[in-house]
Amino acid sequence: MPGALLEVEDLRIHFPTQDGLVKSVDGVSFSLERGRTLGIVGESGSGKSVTSLGIMGLHQGTQAQITGHIRLDGEELVGTQPTRVRELRGDKMAMIFQDPLSSLHPYFTVGNQIIEAYRVHHPEVTKQQARQRAIDMLERVGIPQPSVRVDDYPHQFSGGMRQRVMIAMALVNDPGLLIADEPTTALDVTVQAQILDLISDLQAEFGSAVIMITHDLGVVAELSDDILVMYAGRVAEYGSAADIFARPGHPYTWGLLASMPRMDRERLTRLVPIPGTPPSLIRVPSGCPFHPRCRYGHLNGGRSETEVPELRATEETGHLVACHLTAAERTRQWALLSAGQVPDDVKEPVPQGGVEA
Amino acid sequence: MITFIIRRLIGTVFLLIVVSMITFAIFFLLPRLAGQNTYQLATQYVGRNPTREAILQVEQQLGLADPLYLQYGRFLRSIVLGAHYNSGTGSTYCPPPCFGYSFRSQQPVWPQMVSDLPVTISLAIGASVLWLVGGVSIGVISALRRGSFFDRFSMGVALAGVSLPIFFTGLIALELFSYKWPIFPNVTYVSFTTNPLLWARNLVLPWIVLAFLYAALYARLTRAGMLETMSEDYIRTARAKGLPERTVIVKHGLRSALTPIVTIFGMDLGLLLGGAIITEVTFSLHGLGLFTVMAIQNQDLPEILGVTMLAAFFIVIANLVVDIFYAVLDPRVRY
Repeated sequence: MPGALLEVEDLRIHFPTQDGLVKSVDGVSFSLERGRTLGIVGESGSGKSVTSLGIMGLHQGTQAQITGHIRLDGEELVGTQPTRVRELRGDKMAMIFQDPLSSLHPYFTVGNQIIEAYRVHHPEVTKQQARQRAIDMLERVGIPQPSVRVDDYPHQFSGGMRQRVMIAMALVNDPGLLIADEPTTALDVTVQAQILDLISDLQAEFGSAVIMITHDLGVVAELSDDILVMYAGRVAEYGSAADIFARPGHPYTWGLLASMPRMDRERLTRLVPIPGTPPSLIRVPSGCPFHPRCRYGHLNGGRSETEVPELRATEETGHLVACHLTAAERTRQWALLSAGQVPDDVKEPVPQGGVEA
Repeated sequence: MITFIIRRLIGTVFLLIVVSMITFAIFFLLPRLAGQNTYQLATQYVGRNPTREAILQVEQQLGLADPLYLQYGRFLRSIVLGAHYNSGTGSTYCPPPCFGYSFRSQQPVWPQMVSDLPVTISLAIGASVLWLVGGVSIGVISALRRGSFFDRFSMGVALAGVSLPIFFTGLIALELFSYKWPIFPNVTYVSFTTNPLLWARNLVLPWIVLAFLYAALYARLTRAGMLETMSEDYIRTARAKGLPERTVIVKHGLRSALTPIVTIFGMDLGLLLGGAIITEVTFSLHGLGLFTVMAIQNQDLPEILGVTMLAAFFIVIANLVVDIFYAVLDPRVRY
């Protein structure tokens, strides 16, 4: 896709360990245009954070073996000089993290940390100008009295305010790409929505592309144009948010949707959990990595245990699914599940007593 | 910040008073509790083989029969204002801070300690610079090249440094570099103002031997602290900002890793200023440590009391300096 800001092609990030090769990311491809938001969704250990750190070049100095292509604005990042990637980092691409308290240095004022981020990529500006820029950014992210708070330390801010500071720091150089790695997980529920609103406001203002990494489908539903569902370091499903919420094609995506409480349903019959636990990334299950946890594996006669499913197009353009089920079968099963049919292996809840709603 | 310092200063004064009380109690109250009468107590302030008259005179002179609070008041007063002693023939004045008269030399204790102090200070400061620079840089490099040959080698040497006692390394160093190959012959103290070059040359061996022990300790501490700090989230943030690796390590990493080192350094230095006993004895340097050993051997109670108070004073002051420094380094402590 020419003109895309970020193109990731067949990205593989492997870590050799004493127990074997950990295939954290194993053949992931996607692209992202300016002004758009991509949500990367998956359980812990699905490789979503490793992917984003890989884009930022932050696996440098570790044992990571990275192959494939990451192109930012047409410039290849895999195998490039580390100094060049460092120049791009924080300038053309920036990242905010899960826990804003531990992500800010406790010994420096927030102003200093923002100024540092600005001046490393703008060595020509004076300290005064950089300070003014920091104050402007703090004001922009909604910190009251920014010219006073600029001299405060991170521990003097509340959790939501700290995340605002992180966002101000990430956007100080007006990066084309912003990666948000679970930006609301460590925050109060009441603050989460504010931070998400802020990110989408700023995205509209700065026109940057955003990668939103989360395990919470509710978060991506709000913000994302496209969604990438990852499982065991691979892409399970990739498509527009509208398609994925309306016609999810992968049993894993169904699992994520069915296990999520939804306010837009009148009355929820049951939450359906995904059985089992995420697989080891050293001994990824043969065939379809999801098959040991899949309720529909028996429908294609053992293929899912031996054959790795290709990421195939569906009827909708740009909607890709890695599943052996036929399109007709998938439509049928999702229709049943979304109509509230509970799979056989899910037990009826034990009555808790009290009033049933 | 100012209020923090004032609060700490007041605390320090209070602490010093408590220290003086405890010291006083050890020397004057404990013997009583152990069943000694004032005559027996006085025996210990006269020196070896005293006559009965001398003991009685000391008992009367020190007012050992007085109530304890009077004695403590006098004890404090003599430290702050000095004291007059009536010795039958006339009155002698002991200027402040007065810890009484040594009965070995019949001289006030304080000036003797003061004359030995430069030796200990020279030894402690020189060695501490060596071990701080050496230990911290080895620790940082080890942490950054974890598992490398340098890391394993230096940590092996550090283990030896921690394990080997100073009287062992000191004697070997003397044997090799003072006698066999006399690069640093006759280790004696020459004051800095007399001849700075000779001062340094003569102290090189004790510095290295003392620093070896501490450098080993500090290298291990720094390595552990650095490894922990470099895996912190804010280090990842610093890298994500695109800072050069040097800035990440020195400004963001080392800054945090050094904070606990500073605390330990202050305490170690305070402890050493009270006398680097083993090093001073090994190299026969006439500092506070050797002074203490000789005072104990001679059972010279005023000297022991004086050196105890002085050592405690150094530790309390070191504590104060560390606290203030810590607040400068870590803004979270200030409030």
